[in-house]
Order: sequence, then C-alpha cells, then structure tokens
Amino acid sequence: MKTFKLGGVHPAANKLSAGAPIQVAAVPAVVAIPMAQNLGAPSKAIVAKGDKVKVGTVIGEPGGFLSSFVHSSVSGTVDKVDVVEDATGKKVPAVFIKVEGDEWEESIDRSTDIVRDIKLEKQQIIDKVKEMGIVGMGGATFPTQVKLAPPPTAKPECVIINAVECEPYLTSDHSLMLAHAEEICIGVQILEKAMGVKKAYIGIEANKPDAIELMRKTAANGFPEIEIVPLQLKYPQGGEKQLINAVIGKEVPSGGLPIATGALVQNVGTAFAVYEAVQKNKPLIERIVTVTGKSVAKPGNFLTRIGVPVANLIEAVGGVPEDTGKIISGGPMMGKAMPDTNSYVVKGCSGILIMKNAEARRKEAGPCIRCGKCVHACPMGLQPNFLARYSELNMLDEAEGERIYDCIECGSCQFSCPANRPLLDWIRQGKPKVMGILRQRAAEAKAKAEAEKAAKEAAAAK
Amino acid sequence: MLNVSLSPHVHSGNSTQKCMLQVLVGLCPALLWSFYQFGSGAVIITLASVAFCLLFEFLITRFLLNTPSTLGDLSAVVTGVLLAFNVPSNLPIWIVAIGALVAIGVGKMVYGGLGANVFNPALVGRVFLLVAYPVQMTSWPVEAGYADVETGATPLSIIKRIANGETGLDVPAFMDSLLGVSGGSLGEVSAIALLIGGIYLLIRKTITWHIPVSILVSALVFGFLFYGFDVQLALDQLVCGGMMLGAIFMATDYVSSPMNSRGQLLYGCCIGFLTIVIRRYGAYPEGMSFAILIMNAFTPLINKYIKPQRFGVVKK
Amino acid sequence: MLNEILIALGALGALGLLGSLLLCLVAKKFNVYEDPRVGQVEEVLPGANCGGCGFPGCHGMADACVKAKDANNSLGSLLCPVGGNEVMGKVAGILGLEAGAAEPKVAVVRCNGNICARPKVAVFDGAKSCAIAAATFSGETGCMFGCLGLGDCVKACQFDAIHINPETGLPEVDADKCVACGACVKACPKFVIEVRKKSAMKSQMPKRVWVDCVNKDKGAVARKACSNACIGCGKCQKVCKFDAITVENNVAFIDSEKCKACGMCVSECPTGAIHATEPVMIVVEKLKAKKEAEKKAAAEAAAKAKAEAAAAAAEAAKQEAAAEAPKAEPVKAEAPKAAEAPKAAEAPKTPSTKSPEAGE
Repeated sequence: MKTFKLGGVHPAANKLSAGAPIQVAAVPAVVAIPMAQNLGAPSKAIVAKGDKVKVGTVIGEPGGFLSSFVHSSVSGTVDKVDVVEDATGKKVPAVFIKVEGDEWEESIDRSTDIVRDIKLEKQQIIDKVKEMGIVGMGGATFPTQVKLAPPPTAKPECVIINAVECEPYLTSDHSLMLAHAEEICIGVQILEKAMGVKKAYIGIEANKPDAIELMRKTAANGFPEIEIVPLQLKYPQGGEKQLINAVIGKEVPSGGLPIATGALVQNVGTAFAVYEAVQKNKPLIERIVTVTGKSVAKPGNFLTRIGVPVANLIEAVGGVPEDTGKIISGGPMMGKAMPDTNSYVVKGCSGILIMKNAEARRKEAGPCIRCGKCVHACPMGLQPNFLARYSELNMLDEAEGERIYDCIECGSCQFSCPANRPLLDWIRQGKPKVMGILRQRAAEAKAKAEAEKAAKEAAAAK
Repeated sequence: MLNVSLSPHVHSGNSTQKCMLQVLVGLCPALLWSFYQFGSGAVIITLASVAFCLLFEFLITRFLLNTPSTLGDLSAVVTGVLLAFNVPSNLPIWIVAIGALVAIGVGKMVYGGLGANVFNPALVGRVFLLVAYPVQMTSWPVEAGYADVETGATPLSIIKRIANGETGLDVPAFMDSLLGVSGGSLGEVSAIALLIGGIYLLIRKTITWHIPVSILVSALVFGFLFYGFDVQLALDQLVCGGMMLGAIFMATDYVSSPMNSRGQLLYGCCIGFLTIVIRRYGAYPEGMSFAILIMNAFTPLINKYIKPQRFGVVKK
Repeated sequence: MLNEILIALGALGALGLLGSLLLCLVAKKFNVYEDPRVGQVEEVLPGANCGGCGFPGCHGMADACVKAKDANNSLGSLLCPVGGNEVMGKVAGILGLEAGAAEPKVAVVRCNGNICARPKVAVFDGAKSCAIAAATFSGETGCMFGCLGLGDCVKACQFDAIHINPETGLPEVDADKCVACGACVKACPKFVIEVRKKSAMKSQMPKRVWVDCVNKDKGAVARKACSNACIGCGKCQKVCKFDAITVENNVAFIDSEKCKACGMCVSECPTGAIHATEPVMIVVEKLKAKKEAEKKAAAEAAAKAKAEAAAAAAEAAKQEAAAEAPKAEPVKAEAPKAAEAPKAAEAPKTPSTKSPEAGE
C-alpha cells in the first residue's frame, strides 16, 4: 500500500465516532456568523441591524483577492454586527442573526435528487464556487476559487481528493463519504472540469475499509477516471505535500506550489460542497462537525449550520463532561485549543474534541537527549531540534540554513519527543520571522533588478 | 478551567525514562549471561558500578549543581551497567568507584548533565581506568567468581599475536566468541546475547539500525582488508572483544551519536574502520572504546554538515 | 663542542629570523584598518568586558559609539551601565559631542492586572514564552490586552532591571538599574511596556504618573475582566489642568512630556488604573483625604440642611429659600475642620495650604 516517503508518526486513531450516522444539529435562536472564515483577508459584512435575511442570503463580501463570500445560514433578522471570539479567544467581527422560521433563498435546489449532468463550463464553475463561498474544508480554509485558478505556467494533470482524515478522532469526512458517495464523485468531476484534467484520485487511509469499498463501487458506476487509492496508516498523510507524494509519487519542490507536480489537492468535504454549489446552487452554509472525546457519552457527527455556538454542539452530546481539561477545535495534532466554549462553528471547523484532564496536560519538558526521534519523524526531512533551538535563541540565519520555511507544522516532532520538549511551539515562532526575511529579500532583489533595468534602459536611450 | 496550548495536543507517551528502561531491558540477556559466566564477580561489579554511578550523580546534583535530582531518568543506571560491562569481573571495587566517578563526573555532569555531554560517559570511565590501571583492567578471568580467579588471554590478544606473525597459536573459534565462553570484559563476551538485546531495541524502535549495521559491515570489510584477506579473522572481529557491545549499546548512545540517518551511517562506518585500525596496528588489542570516543568528538561536526534527506529538494 | 653550540645557536637564530619575517609579512598583509577613535573610546571605558551594554565587550561598545556618532551624530541610547553618565560624558567628549543632553528615561509596565484583580479563565500550557502565548490565544484571563506574565521582558533585559513579582505575577522595573534601552518594549508581544521620562519635572525626585492599563475593550467588558482596568471614563482627562491626558479606544494615555505629576488624575480615577511613583503618591494621599473629607462634609451639611428644612417645614414657604444659603456656607466652613481630623497628626499644615484651592 502506498504512503509518503519520509518520516511520519502513528498517533492512536481513536475514531470513536466512526460509523455514527450524521445527525442534524438543532438551529439555535441566535447565530453569529464570523466574517473571518477563510485563510487570507477577512470578509466585509454587507448587512446592518434590522435587515431580513434568508438561508443563503449573502451577508459578507470578499475583503480582498484571497477572501470569500459569506452567506446567512439561517433565516431571520440581523440583530447586530459586533465582535465574537474565534476558537482561540481572539475577537473577530461577526453578524448576529435572530432566527425566524427556516426560509431558504428560492434559487437553492433543496430536493435530494442527485444531479449528474454538469452544465456549467470551466470559468462558470470557478465563478460559481466563488459566489457560493466555498473554501477548503479540511481546516486550512483556503478560498477554493483561488486554488482552481493556478498560475498560467502550471500544467494540471490530475485532481487528488484528500479523504485521508489522518487526524485522530475526526470522522466527519468518513461519515460524509458513507452518506454522499455519489455526490462526492460528481463533485470530483466538476473539479476535473474546472481544472481541465481527465484524471482523479481519491486517497483514503486503510482504517476506513467501508468508505474505500463504497467509493470504489460508486466510482465503478459511471466515473471511470476516478481512482480510489487506499493508503497506509500514517500521520501526516493528509498534508497536501505528503498526499501528493503518497498518491502519485511526486515531490512538491521546496518553496513551490503543489500544482507544480500537476496535482490539485482538494478535501473530500470541499468536493461535496462544490457539488452542492454547482449542481444545487447551495452556498456553503453548513458542514459536518465531529463532536468527540473519550469522556463524551455519545460521540457523533453533526450536520451543523455555520454560526451555531460551539457550546450548543457540546450540549448535543451531553454537555461538557466533568473531568474536561481541554477543548479543541479540529483534531489533536493540528487543532486549536479553545480557552472557553464561547466561539461559533465556522467553515473550517471539522471537529470539536473534548479531552480529559489527564490527556490534556503536557508533561514537563526535560533536556534534549539528542535521540534524533524528531528528525526521523519529520515528514519534510528537517531537524526539528535545531529549528526549535535556533528559534528560541533567535538565530534566524541558522534557522534559515536548516530550512525552517519548509516546516508544515504537522507536530510529528513534538509528538515523538521523549523529553516532551515544546519543539513546534518554538518553530512556529521562528518560521514567520524567517519567512518575513525571505520575502523582504525577494522584494529588495526585485527592486534592485528593476532599478538596474531602468538604469540600463536610460543608458540605452541616451 | 481549560488548558490552552498550541498543537499537537497529544503525545506518543514516550519519555527519556522509558528509553533508558528499554536500553536496560536490552542489556538484560548479556547481563544474565555474564552472571552465568563470571558468577559472583559479575554480580558484585554490576551492583557496585550502578550504585556508585547513582551516588555520584546524586551528590553532584545535590551539592555541586544545586539542581533537582536527575536519578529518575535512569541514565545513571544505564551508565553504571555499561561501565560494569566494560571492565573485567575481578576488578577491585575501589577502582569501580573511581571509574563511576570519572564516568558520571567528568563524562557527564561537567558538561551540564544528561543531553549536554560530548562523550559516552561509560566509555570515558572505562578508558580512564584502562589508562590509569592497565594491569587490573587487562587481567581477564576465565572462570566464575570474584577474588583469586584464574585469568587468561582474550581472543583479541591472540588474534593480535597471530596477525603480528606469531606462530603456533590457534585462531579463536568463531562459535566460542559468538556464544561467549571465552574471556573478556564482563558484558562483552557473549555476542549472541548482545544481539538478542539489540534486536529487542530495534523492535521497540529505541534505536535505529543505521549505527549498528554500519559499524558491523565496515568492521567486516576493513577486517577482511587489514587481516590479509582472512575470512576467519575478519569474522572474528565482529564477535570478539567489545564489537557487539560497542556497536549495539555504546555507539548508539543518543547523546553522543549523530541524529539523522545519513550522519549515523557515516559515524558507524568510521567507528568500524577506526576499530580495525587500532586493533590491527595500535598498541592495544582492543580499539572499540577509542574508536567510539574519537567519533563522539566528531558528532557535532557530523550534525552540522551532514543533513538529512530533505523533502522537495532535488540535487542539482 | 663549541662547534655544536654554534650550530645550535645558528639554527635557532635562523628559525627565529624566519618566524619573525613571516609574522611581519602576515601582519602587513592581513592588517585591518581600525578607526583610531575606537581605541581612544575603549581607553575610557571600564574595560570589564561585562557585556552589560549589550555589546560583546568594551571594544564592541566603543565601535558602536563611533558608528553611532558617524550615523546620527549622537550616542542615542548607548550607555555603559558600569561607568554610567560620567564615562559616557568622556566618550562624548572624545567624539566631540555634547554630553548628558538627553533626559533620563525609564521603562514602565502598563498593566496592573495582578492575580487578585484579573481572575484566570484558562491555563496556558505551552512553552514559557509570552510571544508563544500571544500567538496561541487571547490570554489566560478575560483581558486580551494585558501582561501575560511569562517573562519575555525579563529575558530581554541585559541589566537585570525587570523581574516578575511572584505575588502579583506582573513584571516590575527596578528604576535604578533600568537604562531605558527599550529591549523589553520590543520583547513584549502585548505592547504593555513603555519608555517614559523618569521624572515629570526637572527635579531629582522620580515623579512619574502613568495609566496602568492598555485594555481597549469597552468599559464594562474591561472592568469585568480586571478590576484595575482603565474603563475609558475620561474623568482624568477632565481633571487634568495640563492637557496631558487623552482617551482613545477606551483607554487613557498620559503624555509624559506634558504631565506635571500633580496627582489629580490619580485621585480621580474610579478604578485605580492610574499609577504614580512614591513622591507623587504622598500628594495623592492628601488629595484623596481631602476629597473624602469634602464628601463627608457635604453629606453632613446635606443632613443638617435636611434637618433644618424639616424643622422649618412647619414655617412659611418664605423661609425655605433661606435654607439654601446655610447649605452652601457650612461646606466652606466645615471642610477644613473635617479634613484636619484625619490628617492632623502627621501634617497639620495641609488643610490650611490646600483648602483655598479646594474651596474654589
């Protein structure tokens, strides 16, 4: 079975909610829809207090090139435009909507019929994806329309669908595949059409045999160009670079875009959202969220409207258990720990993980014993112990020499460190600083080149 | 109240203490064999060595460095057992104590404790003893017991004499050294017991294969070259003396060995080469400890210049 | 015999000659030009090579001084902590600069959210660094602007001048050691530390007043998170006679250039968010006591007036107007008396000197 070539770790999978059916989470009396739900610039709210909105009404416009539309997930009246806490407790602007009934925009096709014919053309698909506010559903929330329009030098060859779900605990993609296999396949075809390619792979880790089986069966039934690729269990297989490496064996060059390998990677949730957007005209207003944890009585997968309070979701599985030490938005390897439950479900929220006190506490860090386990675990071939040390001591040149900019922040190093050192904490400090230096250097080089060119031209003109 | 930290929020559960414990478990087969082979001598030396190492580490952390005790990480126990493995089973206890003091004090704590030392502490202790007490350190018991035991030559010294042109000597039997019925330091005699421990460590992923395999392969190759293309003598290099102990347990010491696979391979090959050179051309019949210590000194350099295989970087 | 000695001498002499020639050549070839002023400056530096200035040894400092003179024509914030102003004066003399022109400054920590005032709502479990904590989340308390208490400033300080007080969990600046180099200001991810004038007036006494809070939340939110928070009420702004205080983004700021350290704002602040040094606090205490007394007097007067009014209630409505006059007068009359009571023991002069001002 295929997998990526360097490093990797094996965290306990703990897929407690695997196989649990998708439940529809109740719509609360008030929702708050944050305006910063995508990677890049936050969206701008275009509604004001007292405005009436329906499900699917646009309430936020892109705030830049790398940004996306935001739609109302409920029908009702705009209560206020204020700030809410995001998952890390920081304040972001949001639109509060008082829920009244459940009236949808008429353009949305609410029937459950599966539409197989793709009527839209390449550019129309990309426009539709933008209009419907689709972002990467794996957690990175990269605006999909930007990813579907690669630089002209790129030569797309295939679409790779990320259904790996290598994060422990999370099962939202798994449950989505079991429930909507055919829609996903159509979504993949739409993505192929948008990219102008004729080949697609769906990478699924081997711990989801039912999903592999079902997707294979579905693909065999009218989707000949879609290949299901079972992958060996290893974290971080769901990382974009690792997935490309595992599925087609190519390496994304350091500093380059993944599309340089000819592969476009999209999350399986994104493929489904694209299907709904293009075929059903339905904006991204709901997603599947796994609410799980060892102390949770009934871990489950919830189809949740965007903007529902996180506390409501936890309430749906029986409330915060007594012995809770940490609540994480996302999975345990890359998710964000929440200081409280006052935040709201956003497009990138794939799971709510409740950890017991004993699991939540980090152990005290000891001295580095130079065992090299972090080096062997790193999927990018870096030496995390050096990176962390250089970052801590602000030795940025050395950190650059050790290629800190290649770090994908997967956490494999810290996971495997026997001395419990906070390696990634420190690497995350140094990486942006080095990236800043690199950017500045590139800008200076560009300015210099331009100045030289201008001088040459001036000399030539003389 | 909730805990907040950056990801990852889960940990493998591995710890320094567990790693050390694994090493101790890996040392068990050879230790049991030495108890069988050398009887009370092996028991006394091992217990004394471990006890003195723990004592000195405790005293140094408590009274010199004024830092919290580090006995719990078990690294002093590993050093103690490894030091015991490297001395003859009839060594006077006061010499063992001096060895432990040098191993823990000079080998480890002067650098700042675990993780900061340049050289393998047990080897620092052993080489100090070898230089300071050459007579006691090179009288090898060939029977069980502690005091007044009969001593004899080790296979390595016989090989050295053969290689130097002495005639009328039997080439030591490969199987004897493999099983461990010949004379030598306490823990190094049975290659097979050490191998079993090494395989255990590999299965538990406490060590990787790179260092042991590269040492053994390079020792075999250079042994073949330097001992007049004699297959028998080359094979004997692998099982005689401290080769197995060094390759599996001493050279793979986390702190003093390189961290990435490429560096480890280079380090291992150099150790194999140096060992054979010292054994063949040096004054001592055994060269493993010196070879490892020499390469320990090069470890920072290897870490600096030998980089792991990078992802997404194509060689031009 | 003699021959051998001669040969040995000759050989050694030749070797020595060769070596010296080599040294000469190398010295010529690899000679690095150095500004002679660097050497002169280094002469007057203490030569302890302590690194307290932030440079590797005194030579590094001398080099930095010469460079600073060439670049900015001033020594900027360069300071030898060992030699102090005296040595820096000499350095300035060598470099042809005027010494001691700059007013002394000092770092202040603008957060008073101690453990009692700012209850924790979450626990930070990452590496002990403010920068990491700031990147992780909003903070352990409800206040997302205040000090994180993990000591990045302490690590950044080369002069051992800032330390975390274990009782409050907040950093405290040792004004005697602080050289206002600004390293802590740069290290603080929450921008809580500020370098201000050491004293508001040209006096030797360290008279400083500053707002001990940077919380930009609305008053109610800020107050809920921390009982010492500035709520942006603007009372200090109104009471300041020197126009030194501005309130922006729900937080007050005192301009240390304009502030005269009169202490009025400190006594006026309802949450105690304005902090002052000891010499100012003495004045503030007096102001506060007076205010208390005034309040008490006013209350008494009101009670008296009320009683009188009640007594006079039976009388004609004409007399009701008269009740207002005594109401105003007892205030003036009794204020000094009441103020005297608590302060009499320690400062009998206070009421008499200050009362006219209060009365007006």
